[in-house]
Amino acid sequence: MKENILIIGGGIAGLEAASQLLKLGYNPIIVEKSDHLGGHVAEWNRLFPDMTPAEDAVARLVSGTTEANIFLNTEIAFVNRLKDSYNIMLTNGISIITRILLFATGFSLFDASKKEEYGYGVYNQVMTNADLERWFNTGYDERIPEEGPEAMGFVHCVGSRDEKARNSQCSKVCCITAVKQAIEMKQKFPQAMVYCFYMDLRMFGKKYEDFYISAQRDYGVRFIRGRVSEVSENIDGRLIVKAEDTLSGKPVKVTLDLLVLMSGIVCNPGICKTAGQLSLPIDSDGFLKSRDNIMDITDSSKEGIFYAGACTGPKTVPETLAEARSAALGIHNYILNGMK
Amino acid sequence: MIYQGKQKIWADYQKEIPDDHWFYVRSCIRQNFFPGAEKMFLEICRNVLHKDFYETASHTTCGGIAYHCDTIPQETVMTIVARQFALMTEAGYENYVASCITSFGNYIEILETWNEFPELEAKIREMLWKACRREFNKPKYLAHASDLIYKYRNLIAEKARYRLVNRHTGEPLKVVEHIGCHYSKMFPSKGVGGAEYPYVLCGMVESWGGNVIDYPERRHCCGYGFRQYHVRANRGYSISNTHKKFESMEPYHPDMIITNCPGCPYFMDRWQYAIAEMEGKTYGENGFGIPVFTYEEVAGLVLGYDPWDLGLQLHQVAVEPLLDKMGIEYDPARKYEGLNRKDILRPELPGVLRCC
Repeated sequence: MKENILIIGGGIAGLEAASQLLKLGYNPIIVEKSDHLGGHVAEWNRLFPDMTPAEDAVARLVSGTTEANIFLNTEIAFVNRLKDSYNIMLTNGISIITRILLFATGFSLFDASKKEEYGYGVYNQVMTNADLERWFNTGYDERIPEEGPEAMGFVHCVGSRDEKARNSQCSKVCCITAVKQAIEMKQKFPQAMVYCFYMDLRMFGKKYEDFYISAQRDYGVRFIRGRVSEVSENIDGRLIVKAEDTLSGKPVKVTLDLLVLMSGIVCNPGICKTAGQLSLPIDSDGFLKSRDNIMDITDSSKEGIFYAGACTGPKTVPETLAEARSAALGIHNYILNGMK
Repeated sequence: MIYQGKQKIWADYQKEIPDDHWFYVRSCIRQNFFPGAEKMFLEICRNVLHKDFYETASHTTCGGIAYHCDTIPQETVMTIVARQFALMTEAGYENYVASCITSFGNYIEILETWNEFPELEAKIREMLWKACRREFNKPKYLAHASDLIYKYRNLIAEKARYRLVNRHTGEPLKVVEHIGCHYSKMFPSKGVGGAEYPYVLCGMVESWGGNVIDYPERRHCCGYGFRQYHVRANRGYSISNTHKKFESMEPYHPDMIITNCPGCPYFMDRWQYAIAEMEGKTYGENGFGIPVFTYEEVAGLVLGYDPWDLGLQLHQVAVEPLLDKMGIEYDPARKYEGLNRKDILRPELPGVLRCC
């Protein structure tokens, strides 16, 4: 009989891990709280830096898990620790006995309305990066006029690297996502003036720097190093955005038709209950704490519990997939070594 | 603008304000700027709403202006404040309400500092004892006087003779609300509505029938800013701040401005005269300015008090156009009569800004 391995989360980490575990001869069971697989990536339009359709990436991952047991709209009700295994009760009433649990619970996007000065939920023309991706997918959002905005801006690091928001970590993917979205908007509306307000630009990944240079050289996106201080609305319903240009040392004020807030990556609050039942340690950034952040990033400090993807911190799609494969291999070795 | 979005934020920033039994401390400058305001606060609380508000002639300035002008150290301000708290304790009160926004900000800053650094509180207690043999309890509740009028706003509305409505058109008056910087910008959770979209004055305006204007420079400083004005060489910054605000609110054609800080109404009122002289520009209708009020004066107006008993003749910008819009009765001949009908003399009329 094949070994049951319970994977919590049907995002890209869970799907990739399940695919690898199937190939290694195990019986992965995916529990996903939403009604679809693919997590946040499934709601994205295109992925940097090659503008790969997110839909294609998710479809490919899903196709690798056809043999896995998948429960959608399902969460963990509670967990009991048995002598050498776990008894997991799901919200659909099914109980699963497993010796291995893989957390692939991903992340949540920072609630941009908490940064009140940016006016998300207060001013009509303010949206988030996720809202913009949804518009790329559906073509419908009242905030974006058919003829496009005359001028628009992106605010980097919304809820990231922000002690006031109690998130000191860098969300890692927002810089390049803003560059990608700025280019996409310029492709759709070449006449639009597009600004990016940033603290630092962290272009660490493959082709990221090229992408950033292209945004400036080929598309004329204007990058302003400085944080936005406040957003307000004028009598015409346009946004007045104040910021500091720290390179010129001067305050700037621009009038925009659309402002996109790059909501950062924060820990998924939904995992707290299950992590608490298993006494899993939480790191200072709120994410699950690995046994070792260098050598054992996919291992927890508890027997039979593994991690993959953004449940331990912000990660790119390639990093998440690589970690899912690593976790699958770690589980395989753990079983081969007699659960040690 | 999405009104529900603001309501969501307002719901997150509500503070507990006891209904009664307050120890009241005045501002060191408001009585000179707008002498009817503090008197009206006590009049409304004590005689209209029958609440217990105690004040003592022994209290002093909080030291806030000197502190923010960098002329005295924080320990000195703390000891002054400790003495104020001692007066409250001696009078048997636990709820402390300040008339001044700067004082309110000072008190909060000091209490928060003492929470973080208890050894500093112990040092101040010792300094107070050495200075005047007094001891104190920290207030159980700390409020700004506008918090109280906000709390009582619906009671005031029930007793109102007038509403913030244009009697000629039936439309709500367009009201600019201006919050003192030290009300909640330093400690957002201590102000009703938070720092970005404070509700304390909006709540009053809504309750009394007006419409609040959300204009781009709503959050901007009035122009006082302590060192902007008190350092003579900086006064250009002061008036340019005020000018920026008026330019920003001008397209909305506001009928009036309501404020909750000592400096804000003064500077927004007086600088309109200076801007008119310098630029030849006025912001109200027919050459008048936009009248600027304290929240106590507005409460007094809606309750039907005589405008001249509220001290509105001491405003630079004429209030009569607003009184006419609201349908408030007044006797122009009494404008410059003081107590016991004493003639307090008429000011020279400005050259550009139209006054009555």
